Amino acid sequence: MRRFTELIRQLEMSNKTNDKIAALVDYFTEADDLDKPYVIAMFTGKRPKRPISTALIRQWAVELSGIPEWLFAESYHNVGDLSETVALVLPEAKHLTNRKLHEWINDLATLQDKSDAEKKESILNAWDSLETQERFIFNKLISGNFRIGVSNKMLVNALAKQSDTESSKVMHSIMGKWQPWEISYEDLMAGAHVNTDNSWPYPFCLAYALEAEPASLGAVTEWQAEWKWDGIRGQIVKRNGELFIWSRGEELVTDQFPELHFLVDELQDGTVLDGEILSVKDGNVQAFSVLQQRLNRKTINKSQLNDAPIGFYTYDLLEYEGRDLREEMLEKRRSLLVKTISGLKTANVVVLSPVVDFASWEELALIREGSRDINSEGIMLKKLNSLYHSGRKRGDWWKWKVNPYTVDTVMIYAQKGSGRRANFFTDYTFAVRDGDQLITVAKAYSGLTDKEIKEVNSFVVKNAIEKFGPVRTVKPELVFEIAFEGIAESKRHKAGLALRFPRISRWRKDKKADEINTLDDLRQLLQSTL
Amino acid sequence: MALITFTNKGIYCAQGGFYIDPWRPVDLAVTTHGHADHVKWGNKAYLCHELTKPILNQRLGPDLNIESLPYNKEININGVKVSLFPAGHVIGSAQIRLEYKGEIFVVSGDYKTEYDGISTQFEPVKCHTFVSESTFGLPIYKWQPQEVIFSQIKDWIADNHGRSKTSVLVAYSLGKAQRLIKGLSGYTDVYVHNSIANLNEAFINAGVDLPETIRISPETKKEQLQKGIVIVPPALADGRWIKSLQSPATGICSGWMQVRAGRRWRSADAGFALSDHADWPGLLSAIRATDAEKVFVTHGYTATFSKYLNEIGIGAEEVKTQYGNEEEEEKAEISADAESKIQEDTA
Repeated sequence: MRRFTELIRQLEMSNKTNDKIAALVDYFTEADDLDKPYVIAMFTGKRPKRPISTALIRQWAVELSGIPEWLFAESYHNVGDLSETVALVLPEAKHLTNRKLHEWINDLATLQDKSDAEKKESILNAWDSLETQERFIFNKLISGNFRIGVSNKMLVNALAKQSDTESSKVMHSIMGKWQPWEISYEDLMAGAHVNTDNSWPYPFCLAYALEAEPASLGAVTEWQAEWKWDGIRGQIVKRNGELFIWSRGEELVTDQFPELHFLVDELQDGTVLDGEILSVKDGNVQAFSVLQQRLNRKTINKSQLNDAPIGFYTYDLLEYEGRDLREEMLEKRRSLLVKTISGLKTANVVVLSPVVDFASWEELALIREGSRDINSEGIMLKKLNSLYHSGRKRGDWWKWKVNPYTVDTVMIYAQKGSGRRANFFTDYTFAVRDGDQLITVAKAYSGLTDKEIKEVNSFVVKNAIEKFGPVRTVKPELVFEIAFEGIAESKRHKAGLALRFPRISRWRKDKKADEINTLDDLRQLLQSTL
Repeated sequence: MALITFTNKGIYCAQGGFYIDPWRPVDLAVTTHGHADHVKWGNKAYLCHELTKPILNQRLGPDLNIESLPYNKEININGVKVSLFPAGHVIGSAQIRLEYKGEIFVVSGDYKTEYDGISTQFEPVKCHTFVSESTFGLPIYKWQPQEVIFSQIKDWIADNHGRSKTSVLVAYSLGKAQRLIKGLSGYTDVYVHNSIANLNEAFINAGVDLPETIRISPETKKEQLQKGIVIVPPALADGRWIKSLQSPATGICSGWMQVRAGRRWRSADAGFALSDHADWPGLLSAIRATDAEKVFVTHGYTATFSKYLNEIGIGAEEVKTQYGNEEEEEKAEISADAESKIQEDTA
């Protein structure tokens, strides 16, 4: 546990990728062999079922620390992380031990079926045997929610370096199906389990955003353009009579999309398609907000199937007749993909994502302007001779998105950040005008420079009207332009709609509060996307 | 009429005709310590501890009208008995004790209860009314003993030396810097920025026993800095000068580093929760030791902390002041010229 805590400390202390990889390599060289697969599982989001509810953990921490519940809540608000708050408020541990990470994790797993009293005894003992940082880690183990700024790619690079294995193999291996108690670190690195596993997907090839002018990419004849779809990136794997659908978050989402299950009969064994899971109705791609109704549901009802039918727009072929195609050029892959799709009996569900014809960059720029009309986010540019890379690699694939939507709003609430930012109002809520009322439409933070944050902060301090706990109502005076990627109906929000990925694009010091957008403006936008 | 009142100029004692740590110019400013949020330029006269006097002269100018006192010596100002007691915050920091007709008030300024090896240790003073800070007035703030933190800092420096990195510690010029110098002396050569070196000189002239440091000058070689340790004030934390060093690694020493979000918000390579303010248990034990019937809570988590004090049976009230921005104040003071100066110095 100490070695793992040290790893987390090192990972948190540096914001440089190379330092983090070095820390990971050191860890996987020095750590207990049995611990290693557990750490890989944790970092790749394979989480065991949570053995104890958050409410109980919180209740016991309050009890043990002897502080009132409201003070715990206030502390939590300042720390911004429940596991950490619990670790900090507990009394000092009296019986320090140094057990192994996997022993702790296995202990937690056995608590699953125990009574609350037994759970409590076990957790209190654990807290009393771990120092503050270790406790924080332990609490994270309970929640299973370990986000520590280690991307899969980073982890894979470190593991590949440490075990002297090709990184694509490591990626295959850790993305497959395995359990940390069943496999040794060596076997995992060697990929001993994946040959017998039909489901494994390939690491997705990702694109960078195109910041420069497209003309800088060279001759148009070297490039293939496609629409950039706003859905869920997916990989469809058919091997040995089984069908698997993977999302980019490396989740198996097969059950969520019954419309695609016909592929188990129609695709050849040894076929892997890459593309976008979308909601497609009458041949038209629908807005992301429509697709959203279908995501992360355990059951799907008739009206959802009817309102948001699923389609798959495929643009790449990664495996053909059981052969890994990733080292082939895009042109070749595309021609085999065309052949594969034309062989399907069921029409109009799994279709080729069309190639956009263009003769010059200027022409493509014009075409791109029409993206929104077909619910596309812009253009994808792929080099015709490009291989299918693992992860993000600069140069071969670019996404050339249309500019985000924007809306002018006024700030009406401000809230302090957490930790060191507890001294500054950094989280703001924005409203648009609806008649003589102001209606909240977005909450955002960041997007401002440190200097601007300070300026806004002093405005909030001087112009606070009311205080609700940590929140201040402020005089509606500061106008901000909010950028966002999409808009959806929402029953939960007073405005009746919700913005997707809202962030501050700029502070409109030139505008007054009576010049902001209205709720009607946003309603019209919503209608135009449906 | 109460002996002290909270006015828009600062904490006022009408009977004595003086202010404690005023933020606007007054006739007599009784000063708890030399941090910029507690003492301003422009007062007609100052009263402070003997070791705060050189700081005021250094920071505000040589020609001030300053009267200074040792700890525990009582003087009489218009019938009010005034004496200073150690606050343990920085060298020369004092709690101001006022006594009038049997009523005792203590204004503590900033304080910490742990002995830091260089500032005179905090001494609890019995009183009826106590004015307390609450910078770290939440139960998440519980400091580890300073020797634990120092051993973490030394491990970090050793690790940096092993990787040929230059260790740069960020610390307030007044207080934290001297504490680090003391704690790290004999471990490695300590290089300090001008603003710290100037204060050190003032302390040494006033008789404080400070270990030797090296003032960073244009002649200082980057290789020397890499082999030793560099201490700079917060104003330089994100500056170009640090970036010009040989693979710099910055470590911030501050109580805010206790929390992960605090460490992430500052783009430092390391954070050490070393604070010159009392932690949660420190605040509570200090307040209990005063036996005060009434506590006024000034800067920090004022609302939360006073609510809690009331719940545990200590009458408390929050007070709005302009304290609690020592870092920002120091930044404003130094940053104007520091970056350019150090650029010139080392060019």
